[in-house]
Amino acid sequence: MSVYKLQINGKTVQADVEPDTPLLWVLRDHLGLVGTKYGCGIAQCGACTVHLNGQATRSCVLPVSSVGNSKVTTIEGLSKNGDHPVQQAWNEVDVPQCGYCQAGQIMTAAALLKRNPKPTEEEIETTMSGNLCRCGTYHRIREAVKLAATKTK
Amino acid sequence: MTMQSIPNPSRRNFLKIAAAAGGGLLLGFNWSGSEAAPAVLNGPAAVPGVDFNSYLSISPQGIITILSPNPEVGQGIKTAFPIIVAEELDADWKKVVVEQAPLDTKKFERQVAGGSGSIPHSWKRLREAGATARQMLIEAGAKRWSVPAAECSTDKGFVVHAASNRKLSYGDLATDASKLPVPADVKLKEIKDFKLIGSTVRNVDNPGILTGKNLFGIDFHREGMLIAMLQRPAFGYKLKNLDATAAKAMPGIVDVVTFNNNVAVVGKSTWQVKKAKDALKIEWEKADNLESTPDHNRLFKELLDTGTPTVRRKDGDVDAAFKNAARVVKAEYQCPFLPHSPMEPMNFFAHVKADGAELVGPTQTPELARNETAKLLGLPPEKVTVALTRMGGGFGRRLKTDYVLEAVNVSKLVNAPVKLIWSREDDMTGGSYRPAVRYRFEAALDAQNNLIGYKLRGVGINSGNPTREDNFPSGAVDNLLIDSVEHKSPITTGAWRAPITNFLAFAEQAFIDEVAQAAGKDPVQFRLDLLEKAKKQPTGAIKYDIDRMIGVIKLAAEKSQWGKKKNVAQGFSVYFSHRSYVAQVGEVVMEKGKPRVAKVYSAADCGVVVNQSGARQQVMGCIVDGIGHAMYGQLTFKEGVPEQKNFNTYRMIRMNEIPEVEVHFVQNEIEPTGLGEPSLPPAGAAVANAIFKATGKRLYNQPFVQEDVLKGIS
Ligand code: FES
Ligand code: FES
Repeated sequence: MSVYKLQINGKTVQADVEPDTPLLWVLRDHLGLVGTKYGCGIAQCGACTVHLNGQATRSCVLPVSSVGNSKVTTIEGLSKNGDHPVQQAWNEVDVPQCGYCQAGQIMTAAALLKRNPKPTEEEIETTMSGNLCRCGTYHRIREAVKLAATKTK
Repeated sequence: MTMQSIPNPSRRNFLKIAAAAGGGLLLGFNWSGSEAAPAVLNGPAAVPGVDFNSYLSISPQGIITILSPNPEVGQGIKTAFPIIVAEELDADWKKVVVEQAPLDTKKFERQVAGGSGSIPHSWKRLREAGATARQMLIEAGAKRWSVPAAECSTDKGFVVHAASNRKLSYGDLATDASKLPVPADVKLKEIKDFKLIGSTVRNVDNPGILTGKNLFGIDFHREGMLIAMLQRPAFGYKLKNLDATAAKAMPGIVDVVTFNNNVAVVGKSTWQVKKAKDALKIEWEKADNLESTPDHNRLFKELLDTGTPTVRRKDGDVDAAFKNAARVVKAEYQCPFLPHSPMEPMNFFAHVKADGAELVGPTQTPELARNETAKLLGLPPEKVTVALTRMGGGFGRRLKTDYVLEAVNVSKLVNAPVKLIWSREDDMTGGSYRPAVRYRFEAALDAQNNLIGYKLRGVGINSGNPTREDNFPSGAVDNLLIDSVEHKSPITTGAWRAPITNFLAFAEQAFIDEVAQAAGKDPVQFRLDLLEKAKKQPTGAIKYDIDRMIGVIKLAAEKSQWGKKKNVAQGFSVYFSHRSYVAQVGEVVMEKGKPRVAKVYSAADCGVVVNQSGARQQVMGCIVDGIGHAMYGQLTFKEGVPEQKNFNTYRMIRMNEIPEVEVHFVQNEIEPTGLGEPSLPPAGAAVANAIFKATGKRLYNQPFVQEDVLKGIS
């Protein structure tokens, strides 16, 4: 076990865990940030997506020892009041069914729009196809990403 | 007011908690079909001995709280229930707060999310509850103004006396209303006057979901709780020998215990437990048949010919019909096992103490979980509490309680509060699958191409009855025989979204298409002709509504411009399941010599549409899900061991693979039926029939991607 100092959602936090512990489980088990979800553990479903220095990253395969000083943003830290343009769009389009995959979808979409504020249909599809949704909300996810793009300045 | 859990199911306790809402009006009601009238629970008019299972309250500040009693798996019930109450109450939706009820057997009857049954079960009761409160508020207002109640009306949270241009808010009148007797008869709104029902209402849980709040079972945390993971035997095996020395020595591991051939690793955190689980040295031994997928394929063909069938329906004389036939059409269809793959894997929290047990988690059958836990522990059921969390999808998997009992067993063995978590691999290999089934269809046509005989035999592995013998075309064919054979296997099966019909509908509707083709008739007209025949000269019992089926067929044909389009191949499918009627048209275009599913039109008759947003979402989701599993889903076995263990080898549909979907509803005033399932069954055949139209090749086996015509598509 070693103590890791992590930069999460603008705060410095500590966790005493083994070096190979995936960031996902550090967030969920040790820091009480359960918005980031476990879906597969092998980088296939995107449920665990967080931002690492602004980039969408699968936290289930990211050992805590390699996070270093990178700035981690989770769904809890995406916006102060749940009003990030992507969150707003997700609500307006009423995307969630069961809701379990949606934090990962939102984090993936938010990172996309940050790097590419006006993505084409194809770019949206390519990026968002990494995230699974068993409830089949893909149509609305696509619509919501487009709507969020119009809200992003 | 939050209601995390109720210590025991006595009614008094429930009322006490409910009354804690404080002041205003608290109306208890029963939405489960019992004749009990609504009653005020916090006024002098309170009647003891009435059986309630829900309530609505109006605070002096005008906040309306409605208890939504069903577990939420993502079918939108938590939003739909309160909409119905609020409509008849004429409430301002912005002031409505929705609470999720904990389990309480007596009061939350039929607290099961499954079979799309939630809405029809309670439609009238929920409306009456809202209308009762509204009537009492009107009377309170009339009294305040000393005018006849008949002169008063309501408008979005206000009682209005138009003649004197006065109005009072529900909050202002709630306490007065609570002192009035409950009216015996209330008038329900005309359906055409609905404002909230049929509008677009967003999921009431959006704010929590979109900000990552602790909502799901897997998110549950209790100070001091331990994490557990299990190693279960594959199908047909039992535990022979366990060496847990290495696992036990790993950091954070508290114990390794065994029960029912399972090995449970218990520790402080998920990752530590998972690593220790991987370090277990387990020897399994054969305890039953070790079945492989090629065995099943062989077995299916054998049993279709030599199995002893159970007759499900028999009309007329099929043997004579087939003897007299001018031609016979024959086809067989097969589907593999499927895991449920909800995005949230199975999990449950259990704390077993000497005198009772506390359970928290995602289950579609809380009452069953309670009863089975009580039985396992030798406790009376009221010593077991169950608090429900939101579910990250269920699709039928959470109707089973195996994972709940696992948590209970582990908690008991280690004498501590435990959250049991299944890894994705556990979830995919842990059983209770959609059963693998093979169907053989035979149709007899006379010289005029009339369908005079129809035979269906289903062979399933732990499938129960794999037919739905009273579904269309039963009733439309004079001579018909439907029977089935079941093979018992150590591979466990269970309900999977739209049980049985999730594949049967594909087979039936693909076959009807093939018969129509053989008869030289348009597939839509062929179905309509059969339905007309069922109407005029029915054979045997008819358990579907012929006119409603015709209605969706015509709507789908109209919206898709059936048969009128160029450059696109269309396929038709219609199905009645879970009390709703759905017709779909699939459209396929050829790209680089391969078919691509471009669009699906859907026409559904589910009675009154309660929430446009939720209903459309369910239909689109069902179509995506139905097509995805038909195209890609397959779980195979090698000597009892599932060969796909995670999403790298088990393929699920992704955004780049979905067709455009256009959703339509039949407008009528029939009581609503659910939508969590009925749009899934027809999707496979709509697509397969369109692929046939485009390529001339029929699809007979799922997953479609393994059929020759689709080989090579990415
Ligand atoms: S849990 Fe990380 S990608 Fe699935
Ligand atoms: S909303 Fe249920 S898995 Fe995506």
